[in-house]
Amino acid sequence: MDKILRVNMTDLTTAIEEVPAEWAGLGGRALTSTIVAKEVPPACHALGPNNKLVFAPGLLSGTAASNSGRLSAGAKSPLTGGIKESNVGGTAAQMFARLGIKALIVEGMPKGEGWYALKVSKDGVTIEEERGLLGLGNFAVIEALQSLLGKKTGVIAIGPAGEMRLTAANISVKDPSGKIRSHGRGGLGAVMGSKRIKFIAIDDEGAPGIQLADPEAFKNASRIFTKALMDHPVSGQGLPTYGTNVLVNILHEAGGLPTRNFTHGQFDGHEQICGETMHDTIVARGGKPRHGCHAGCVIQCSQVYHDKEGQYLTSGFEYETIWGLGANCLITELDDIAQADSVMDDLGIDSIETAVAFGVAMEAGILPWGDGKEVVRILREEIGKGTALGRVIGSGAGAVGRTYGVTRVPVVKNQAIPAYDPRSVKGIGITYCTSPMGADHTAGYTIATNILNVGGQVDPLKKDGQIELSRNLQIATAAIDSTGMCIFSAFPALDIPECLPALIDMINARFGAKLTGDDVTGLGKTVLKLERAFNLAAGLTSADDRLPEFFNSDLVAPHQAVWDFTNEEIDAFWDF
Amino acid sequence: MAPITVTIKLFAHFRNGRFKEADHQFPPGVACREVILGLGFRLGEMGIVMVNGQHAPLDHPLSERDTLALFPLVGGG
Ligand code: SF4
Repeated sequence: MDKILRVNMTDLTTAIEEVPAEWAGLGGRALTSTIVAKEVPPACHALGPNNKLVFAPGLLSGTAASNSGRLSAGAKSPLTGGIKESNVGGTAAQMFARLGIKALIVEGMPKGEGWYALKVSKDGVTIEEERGLLGLGNFAVIEALQSLLGKKTGVIAIGPAGEMRLTAANISVKDPSGKIRSHGRGGLGAVMGSKRIKFIAIDDEGAPGIQLADPEAFKNASRIFTKALMDHPVSGQGLPTYGTNVLVNILHEAGGLPTRNFTHGQFDGHEQICGETMHDTIVARGGKPRHGCHAGCVIQCSQVYHDKEGQYLTSGFEYETIWGLGANCLITELDDIAQADSVMDDLGIDSIETAVAFGVAMEAGILPWGDGKEVVRILREEIGKGTALGRVIGSGAGAVGRTYGVTRVPVVKNQAIPAYDPRSVKGIGITYCTSPMGADHTAGYTIATNILNVGGQVDPLKKDGQIELSRNLQIATAAIDSTGMCIFSAFPALDIPECLPALIDMINARFGAKLTGDDVTGLGKTVLKLERAFNLAAGLTSADDRLPEFFNSDLVAPHQAVWDFTNEEIDAFWDF
Repeated sequence: MAPITVTIKLFAHFRNGRFKEADHQFPPGVACREVILGLGFRLGEMGIVMVNGQHAPLDHPLSERDTLALFPLVGGG
């Protein structure tokens, strides 16, 4: 029987609860957002005792379905002041699912200065005091836990950034090779730090595993789904070969690659940091161009990047990070960006928020444009050691802008805008404005249709069709984020007709349900509306569904594009 | 009529055994389709075709100093 694990950090007690009937059909984002909306007072302080941190594997996590091993984490975000869901690969989701854990809810806050660890196993969850690993980076924590608890142990941890409750702090999850994937956005690491939990260790020894309601139907649907992932040129070939970083040259060419803190749409140094160059460098140095963030990923968009000496430098080296420190901060040395990526993983800080914060810091004159070595130094010596400057940068782009009087601060709901300029790729601007998560490209990835010709074509420079595109994708994404599927399954789902029905068939075969396509769309709508209602109750308004002012006035080259949606047009997004 | 010069940019695996960027000469008004076929590609291989940074249909006629960028179907996020 599936169960809910509840941990109360105020009185240091734990409980195993039955899954309420209304949560039984939910997983991933649908479940974390439902629990947060039901149990967290929207107006509470995100770092206070009334916020809750919820982890939930997706509906299909733990099964043999390809790419289904994503874990959702949810809470009220200390960065945006609204609801947050962030999902991640790694090994934890599959372990939770096999243990029959539908969700882990952490509530309350310890009174003293002590730190704790949670141990999850087939018997439930226990709270232990923790001293030895405090202050350590994520890599050292994972290494220590593996030698203490065995190689197979699952780990969910915060680094020094989370311990300091910096609003850009993330939550790290161990991947199959003992490296790190992150619940990156929205400062969830600070929430875990506020609960004074350094790590959660997972032991799935003796786990009951998954009982499929209809194993035969599951197998058939799973075969069709996997074939769709392999057949689609993006998920079958493009992503495995070049990773997400293939986007540098595409966005450069389209004039949508935000450069020098969003002042230009193209970057002269693009060839030095692009996916093609990165691929050749990885191969020449004996790294791995393909790598999966969890067992069962057939796409494997990730990679292992080695340094000049052929030693491991970083993995999960994504377009958004490379763009953020590359084009956006004018750094052309890919090795410096890789070094910074690894330090950010170790500190446990979101690489999108932090990279954009560095762009604003460069605009403020705190460090020179393009100085990758200084970025690495600030990460290690200022953020890592918690100096005043480090804490400002580690609190995100908005904090840097406010502290240094910068007006060009690319954030929505105080969360940094990622790697696609909304003036020249207008659909994604609608997603940045309206997503209850704050500026988040994954919430409704219109780049697929605006730029990549996946799921049709909507001209990125015109306003026509962008609201509908973003709305449809945000609804679909809210549903996919609930299944445990990696969002890249959306590429085949948009183009291959058998893909989405196969996904629904797998859910039905897993639970003995009879969901239709309309039910799944309905779930996506419900999740979005529930998240929006939480935000409104937390004090956000439609005035928070806006891009920063400079996007309306500053033209971006080469297309001389501006953000020209009216407030009424943006607000019409919610008419569904 | 004098030939026009078009800058052709190739990306991802389209570069393998070809080039990254090169100037080629064509008769004025040549369609993207003819340039693509002339480079030895099949039309079905094309993911994104951009002329001067904007998506263009295959029959789009090219002019002097245009930049034609060709991408296979790739993606990320
Ligand atoms: S495609 Fe990439 S993000 Fe998705 S599951 Fe595989 S490695 Fe993880």
